[in-house]
Amino acid sequence: MRATQALWIAAGASLSALAGWAVAEQAPVKLPEPKAGQYVHQAPTLEDLAQDPNIKPQLKQVIRKGYDLFMNTQQLRGEYVFNDMNCRTCHMGEGRKMWAAPVWPATTTLPDYRGKNKHVNSVEERIAGCFSFSMNGKPPAYGSDTMLALVAYHKWMASGAPVYERNIAGRGFGKLPEPELKPDYARGEAVFAENCAVCHGADGQGQKVNGQVVFPPLWGDGAYNWGAGMTRIFTAAAFIKHNMPLGQPGKLTDQQAWDVAYFINAHERPQDPRYTGDARETREKYLNFHKHTLYGTEVNGRILGQHTNTGEKPFLKPAVLRPRTFEQGSDQW
Amino acid sequence: MKSISMVLLLGGALVTATASAAAVQGDARRGQQAAAVCVSCHQANGGGMNMPQGESWPRLAGLDAGYLYKQLQDFKAGTRVNATMAPFANMLDDQQMRDVAVYYSQLPAPAPTPPSLTPAQAELGRKLVQRGDWDRYIPACNSCHGPNAQGVGASFPALAGQQPGYIKQQLLAWQQGARHNDPLNLMLAVAERMTEADIEAVSLWLAHQPAQ
Repeated sequence: MRATQALWIAAGASLSALAGWAVAEQAPVKLPEPKAGQYVHQAPTLEDLAQDPNIKPQLKQVIRKGYDLFMNTQQLRGEYVFNDMNCRTCHMGEGRKMWAAPVWPATTTLPDYRGKNKHVNSVEERIAGCFSFSMNGKPPAYGSDTMLALVAYHKWMASGAPVYERNIAGRGFGKLPEPELKPDYARGEAVFAENCAVCHGADGQGQKVNGQVVFPPLWGDGAYNWGAGMTRIFTAAAFIKHNMPLGQPGKLTDQQAWDVAYFINAHERPQDPRYTGDARETREKYLNFHKHTLYGTEVNGRILGQHTNTGEKPFLKPAVLRPRTFEQGSDQW
Repeated sequence: MKSISMVLLLGGALVTATASAAAVQGDARRGQQAAAVCVSCHQANGGGMNMPQGESWPRLAGLDAGYLYKQLQDFKAGTRVNATMAPFANMLDDQQMRDVAVYYSQLPAPAPTPPSLTPAQAELGRKLVQRGDWDRYIPACNSCHGPNAQGVGASFPALAGQQPGYIKQQLLAWQQGARHNDPLNLMLAVAERMTEADIEAVSLWLAHQPAQ
């Protein structure tokens, strides 16, 4: 079992040196360095799981089921998933990689308050959000076998990580500095044609083989809906900069990443499950989120999100998306 | 969603593939004639041949017509450099290249008879093809080459059931900069992170997989 402990990484240590191989790379991986004082996690692999004598076989089986669901979430298509996404589509490298939104932090930093729904969320509610927005669907029930398997996979990958340690290296997709030039549709379109179309299609609809998604669509009915975090330009820009093209993190310039993130998120996609009936009104109501997206704004002559299209999903809002209220707990008893 | 060209083989007669606008327009019957020069290496059934000590001849049968057409163009233009293929590509005009590509794309893929691999090689090969090794930023081959490495469109050729010596040669060629007609350096990035053992393992493992 890999030992996990806080590592202090000296500035300037290259990724190749960490990995232990030194090659004159023509297409090097370019990722940010962890900051001094941040917790750097080494998430275990499936090989580690197989060899770990301290994990009961029944738990290993559940973790592997969680892995299977994470990698092939399409097996829930039509029941919980109503688009072409898998968890691994955005949480790349099996959900383990820094700067690719590793999923284990959700199990060590939750329950906690989240601005997205303005209340305290458990990790299951966090996962429910992914199903509701990114997967344009509805979540498996809290406490169900499916949810248990997913949580087991997420949490096992957190093995050794300190509970409620929030200063985590490589959490999320990172954050790019503000671009020099305001992100622009036309520049983004050019970046897309040159760098993205070969996989995601000139029309952004991805590619399938025998009905199976290979490269996901980036807009339209098969993509994440208007409530997904990826619709935020800064989120998409950081994801793209640190993960795309596949296998070449850091290849695009920051400006290119911002521009193409804008371009992608300037296209239509299924409705935000929190839709009030009017896109501008919905935008205002959830401005803390949508101030970062183009939803409810006019782009190329149309108000984005002003429609009733939910893609393949036969409903708008899953019941799980509801407020929580707590009476003040007493400390006298 | 891209439409998939439908190929009908009726009693041995070959028909031109009907396809979306992006696909190669060619005549398989003419292609079979033009491909007479190809047979001595790529074999009559288009299955190629493995040469562990020399230059392997790849399977062409069942590969995507758009991919084959582009490789022929690249050999002729010199954007893909291969001393063996250059004179043959130069023999073909544009229409012949299209015809040959369509012809080969319609042939059933014969299974190669690759050398056996050790259990360790099988485990490593399968892992790299299906899951990759993200600690080294090696994406799974399948992430681009398709669910069973059977190819995706014109840009990502089938690898399953390909001659292992050929796969190995190409990975080495990308690694060494001898081949560079891959879009966006996608293969350069992957190949230069692979060790010799990785290359051996994936080449052998892929050769053993069903082509269709």
